[in-house]
Amino acid sequence: MTPTFNLANPAQLTAALIPDLILIGGAMFLLLFAVWRRESREHQRTVGVLSIGLALITLTAVIITMYQRNTATDGPIAVDNFRWMMDVIILLGTIGALALGIDDNDRVGTTTAETHVLILLATSGMMLLAAARDLMIVFLGIELMSVASYALAGLNRRSERSAEGALKYFLLGAFSTAFLLYGIALVYGATGATGLAVIHSRIAEHGLASSPILLIGIAMLLVGFGFKVSTVPFHMWAPDVYDGSPNPITAYMAATVKTAAFAAFLRVWLEAFPQEFGSWHRAVAGLAVATMVIGNAIGLQQRNLKRLLAYSSIAHAGFILVAIAAGTTQGASAMLFYLLAYTLATFGAFAVIIVLSRGDAPVTTDDLSGLWTVRPWLAVAMTVFMLALMGFPVFGGAGFLAKWFVLKAALQAPAPQTMLAVVLVLTTVISAGYYLYVVMVMFMRPRRGDAAAIPETPAWTRFVMVACAGAILIIGLAPDVAVQFANVGAPKIEPIAAAAVSTELYPSRPAPLVR
Amino acid sequence: MRALLLQVGYGRWILPVLLLLPLLGAAAILLGGRRVAEGEDEVASGAASTPRRLATLFFALEFVLSLGLWWAFDPAFAEWQQVFDARWIPTWGVRFTLGLDGIALMMVLLTTFIMLLASIGSWTSIRRKTRAYYALLLVLTTGMLGVFMSLDLFLFYFMWEAMLIPMYFIVGIWGGERRIYASLKFFIYTMIGSLLMLVGIVYLGLAAEHAVQLHGRMQVVPDFSYDAIMSTARISTTAAYWLFGAFFLAFAVKVPMFPFHTWLPDAHVEAPTAGSVVLASIMLKLGTFGFLRLAVPLFPTAAMNPTVRNIVLSLAVIGIVYGALVSLVQPDFKKLVAYSSVSHLGFVMLGIFALTVQSVQGALMVMINHGLSTGALFFLIGMIYERRHTRMIEAYGGLARVVPLFAAILTFVSLSSIGVPGTNGFIGEFLVLIGAFKTSPILTLVATTSVIIAAAYLLWAIQRILFNPLDKPENEHVPDLNRRELALLAPLLAGIIWMGVYPAPVLRRMQTAAEQFVRTVETRSAKTTASVGEGRE
Repeated sequence: MTPTFNLANPAQLTAALIPDLILIGGAMFLLLFAVWRRESREHQRTVGVLSIGLALITLTAVIITMYQRNTATDGPIAVDNFRWMMDVIILLGTIGALALGIDDNDRVGTTTAETHVLILLATSGMMLLAAARDLMIVFLGIELMSVASYALAGLNRRSERSAEGALKYFLLGAFSTAFLLYGIALVYGATGATGLAVIHSRIAEHGLASSPILLIGIAMLLVGFGFKVSTVPFHMWAPDVYDGSPNPITAYMAATVKTAAFAAFLRVWLEAFPQEFGSWHRAVAGLAVATMVIGNAIGLQQRNLKRLLAYSSIAHAGFILVAIAAGTTQGASAMLFYLLAYTLATFGAFAVIIVLSRGDAPVTTDDLSGLWTVRPWLAVAMTVFMLALMGFPVFGGAGFLAKWFVLKAALQAPAPQTMLAVVLVLTTVISAGYYLYVVMVMFMRPRRGDAAAIPETPAWTRFVMVACAGAILIIGLAPDVAVQFANVGAPKIEPIAAAAVSTELYPSRPAPLVR
Repeated sequence: MRALLLQVGYGRWILPVLLLLPLLGAAAILLGGRRVAEGEDEVASGAASTPRRLATLFFALEFVLSLGLWWAFDPAFAEWQQVFDARWIPTWGVRFTLGLDGIALMMVLLTTFIMLLASIGSWTSIRRKTRAYYALLLVLTTGMLGVFMSLDLFLFYFMWEAMLIPMYFIVGIWGGERRIYASLKFFIYTMIGSLLMLVGIVYLGLAAEHAVQLHGRMQVVPDFSYDAIMSTARISTTAAYWLFGAFFLAFAVKVPMFPFHTWLPDAHVEAPTAGSVVLASIMLKLGTFGFLRLAVPLFPTAAMNPTVRNIVLSLAVIGIVYGALVSLVQPDFKKLVAYSSVSHLGFVMLGIFALTVQSVQGALMVMINHGLSTGALFFLIGMIYERRHTRMIEAYGGLARVVPLFAAILTFVSLSSIGVPGTNGFIGEFLVLIGAFKTSPILTLVATTSVIIAAAYLLWAIQRILFNPLDKPENEHVPDLNRRELALLAPLLAGIIWMGVYPAPVLRRMQTAAEQFVRTVETRSAKTTASVGEGRE
């Protein structure tokens, strides 16, 4: 079967980028529209709704393209299901961030309509990341995404914490980008290529697997990506930035930015460096263990909800790294499913936080005390999101299946990651300590006498909350469709492992037991 | 009766209906009823009447429906019965498979029976947030029944965890003073064990994977069905020991076996009456049921390894004696009964690991009897607590003169818990002891002493509560049991007497399963090959 698109041909390359172009073009138009009128509450809402419309159109375009079953020649961008699935998750997160943004801007009195456009621009960078099959495109995507996010993090100009967070984000972001660029340069130096497929074939052809320049390059890339997805020890920026940013932006950074970074991470690792599995596997597994243990352990100390979710987000990066460390297509499928469940739970939890927020003050667990007695359904929704993040069956729905999927992928890999699986479940028990604490204060503590009345839930926030909780529970009980999508979404990975899992590193199971 | 049931296809639909009905009930309760004010006493204001009536109605319906299983179940037939099988997540090789053997049958009947009583028993003791309470009780029922019924390990785990959240809320919201600590401890303990079991289940499912036709092409998918794992999963000896360890931890916490029991006194004491009853009568049995269904038959080489087996038997006997001795010194009557559970469940573990048909049958009898007797004791404690608001033994004395009916029933139930011949308690422990004597005589002798200690702690307690001089004025005007409470206790008493004098019908239904359990474990562990699977050369 000949590929649909020949990426060497500019016209066909353009055709392969149609959803991305729709989003970027639309965002430009919306930017003009946003500055065309005076700042006002109504205008901000109008632009917000239009942005959601644009995201929906892009989503439709992505789904239509997906069903055309297009393929492409090797080139700078990928035309495959992995890209489309990632785009779907990213766009769902974008819609969540825009919807929450409309209400949260109203709440804090932000009237700048451009905030929504900035989100759309960051999203276009993410979609580029999901598509990138060339390290230069990866870099472009990350920069497009990051520059917009720096501005978004500092959106609330009147808040000192927001400014501090934004500055930190900017400095560390620049720092990590430098690592990334340095890594790209070294990989290019070793292989003479930036295309992932070319790098892969050159490593094989020239026997570069143990080239020190290449290995240092890979290590640099790992550090760069480690910052972007906030793994321990590159996580220091996350709590402050998440705490300082406006609520919808925090959700967006915690879920969607991370999704995009993981998309590129996985593709680079499994398409360009599968032969290096033996070299990077231990590093990735070590990062995963450190991230799971430290993220969850520090999470226990948090009483500020946004910081709690920041550490939760760090811990989840560790869980997702387990899927990457498996180094298989199942791992990639598990990662897709996990990111979907994680996005739903995170946006749902932040929707609840928006309802509870008062001005610029942080929402603490004390504000949740006895929530059940005054707003039972809000408390029930928050419980669903907490249990989903914890990965608890039935009531946490999709969250459990996501963990299950990762566990299964880890144990199913040619080199079974039993140790990672055990660490994953044990750190899940630790995480129960703080997720359950939130549930406990809502249901088992009395409402404090001086607690402020909770305002009516704004319409868009309610929409996000109900949609996320509904999706979590439905996927939790009937996951087969979602699982199938995750499975077809796995990128075409070389049988990584067969080559890379060399016998001396990972002795396979005793001979008579191999099926 | 059986013919009629077969005519209406009872066996085909009963199990899913039993799972679905409580969920419908929970939805009905949550959607109906009026909004109540914060801190309102709903029993006094009448807001509780709709939820509690609906709940009792659904539990009664559930019990009546499940009763048909008694006749529909064929005791001589050694395969799964009333099987229900539906596709669920084909991509992962997970099916929604339900079915019963003799053990599961009796556990399902015990569950629906106790849950009906538990809902009646909560009528006046739960005064706040009644809608949520009864809804959680119903959801909890689905979870527990699901564990007993599931023939798919994924479904088993799903249900196993599903019952944790309702119980966490029941203890944490409606419990006593230290409810938050107790509920968290209960949750975390159970979760540590069960998550490691989850890793084990994934491992087993992958070990049984095979190619199937799926979405138009052949795909290799794992298989989590119990039968497939029993017959085809291939696991190395080393892995079998680790997996046994994971399953052991999950179930030993639930039972609870001796060093893992510390959550139990807290949870039992802090839980509301119905919560304690459910915990003691049903949830503890889930652990022993897990040993009977999964941990021992799946990994017989590990479970029957002499060292492992001696450790487990010793822990069981330590639990028996330790639980009894600690009960002896409890000032709190509820805590006394809670620790006595550690002792009784030790007998069950002794019976299971002694692995003779007699001892296993005895273990099954103790499981049922403990459900009836300890359930009744917790109900009685709850009733007297509602009147006097204390559980301390020393706060009472001479109650027999004030509340003769209560005194008579408490005495009778205590005797059955001690295991006096003629009551149900005797049969089970006796069978366990003679069965276990064949395989481990010394440990059995040690265990026997606890029968005497049991008599000491319970008789001494009821002496101090019922028969000492009536020296406290606040005890002089305690009302006796009312009609609702009598109606609640009567079926339990009937059950205690029935099981004491004519347990044959119950034993007969469990006999095939008990024999099959012993045979499976013996044949599978006798194989020198280091595999769980039978299909290996």
